[in-house]
Amino acid sequence: MVSVDLLPLLFQGAVTTLKVTVLSMVVAFLLSFLAGFARLSRRKSVRLLSTVYLEVFRGTSLIVQLFWLFYALPLLGIELTALAAGVAALGLNYGAYGSEVVRSAILAVPKGQTEAAIALNMSPIMRMRRVILPQAMVIMLPSFGNLAIELLKGTSLVSLITMADLTYQGMILRTFEASRTFEIFGLILLFYFVMAYPLTLMMRWLERHFSAGRV
Amino acid sequence: MWSWSFTWSTLPYILDAMKMTILATIVGFAVALVGGMILAMGRRSKNRVISLIATAVIEFVRSTPLLVQLYFLFYGLPAIGISFSPFTAGVVGLGIHYSAYLAEVYRSGIDAVPHGQWEAAKALNFSKGKMWWRIILPQAIRPVVPVLGNYLIVMFKETPVLSAITLVEMLMAAKMIGAESFRYLEAFTLVGVLFLILSYASSLLIRKLELKWNRT
Repeated sequence: MVSVDLLPLLFQGAVTTLKVTVLSMVVAFLLSFLAGFARLSRRKSVRLLSTVYLEVFRGTSLIVQLFWLFYALPLLGIELTALAAGVAALGLNYGAYGSEVVRSAILAVPKGQTEAAIALNMSPIMRMRRVILPQAMVIMLPSFGNLAIELLKGTSLVSLITMADLTYQGMILRTFEASRTFEIFGLILLFYFVMAYPLTLMMRWLERHFSAGRV
Repeated sequence: MWSWSFTWSTLPYILDAMKMTILATIVGFAVALVGGMILAMGRRSKNRVISLIATAVIEFVRSTPLLVQLYFLFYGLPAIGISFSPFTAGVVGLGIHYSAYLAEVYRSGIDAVPHGQWEAAKALNFSKGKMWWRIILPQAIRPVVPVLGNYLIVMFKETPVLSAITLVEMLMAAKMIGAESFRYLEAFTLVGVLFLILSYASSLLIRKLELKWNRT
């Protein structure tokens, strides 16, 4: 099997996949904190709003959200490009899962830490930034790592809304090289593995690194 | 904009396609339950080659997207002479994908069985098969049932991906309605709402079962 001729197109697709992944990660990360903090808010309306966000985006599936943003939203007068719809759907979906990670990690920091920070006369912001968050981040790390890998895999769905990512290139190649589909999709699986597995290894390393010396 | 009469007229088609969504979820989950157990056992095997293969399969399947795995099964394998119907490719793909996740769930359950149980089984001269069936697995699986339940819901939400290999489930039905009438809004919204209702209701059910389970 000579696969070299397939590589340029696949590389081109992989670049798009990585671009979508990074952009969506940024959106999802910001939304995770925004919605995670909102769920811990003292205001009932803010809590309610973030709970509705969480349940809606966790309860309907990513691909349905993607199709809705790309095909249904224009009928309400809002037209998004494929990239914008893809990043929005991935960001909103994984942001919802991430908000649970943020919320539970902050709650998992022992109460004594908050009390100690209050006793030291720290302002609420200082308390969060210097005492609670550094400890919560360590707790968040493994879950965020898993979500990052799920997000990378989730980007393959943007091929269904016309974005020329790695998966999309496979479907294009399939129409030209119908007899080589085994090789094409086998290679694409390998491409994804090569992108996702370092992420897994990095997360495992970080986990060990940060949990060293903790009980 | 939004038309309620159109929404109601599409509902029967989408509800009809829901049967396929649910069927694919159940069959796919059954495949994953069995496949996950095989992988979990393979990983524990004393034979290094088997354990290495099982580990590699788990890591590879978990690191690649379900959509591409489905394309591989549905479009890739026919090139070497193995072809499946969309439904078979779909449930096999879903099943294999989630068996890699369930293998880890089983593993955590098996690891949590106290050491004394293994020793007791050995002391009572149980055969290996009997030890697994009667002593270890019942204790290993019971605590992970809620986790398995959550994966069932996750899988249910992944079934619309099967529309990409032409299986007519809810999302595909909505897409077909949209293509015919140029009204994507109602059909896609309806699918979203149905997913929300079903997955939310089942997650409540699992939480309830979990509470009941923990009490006894």
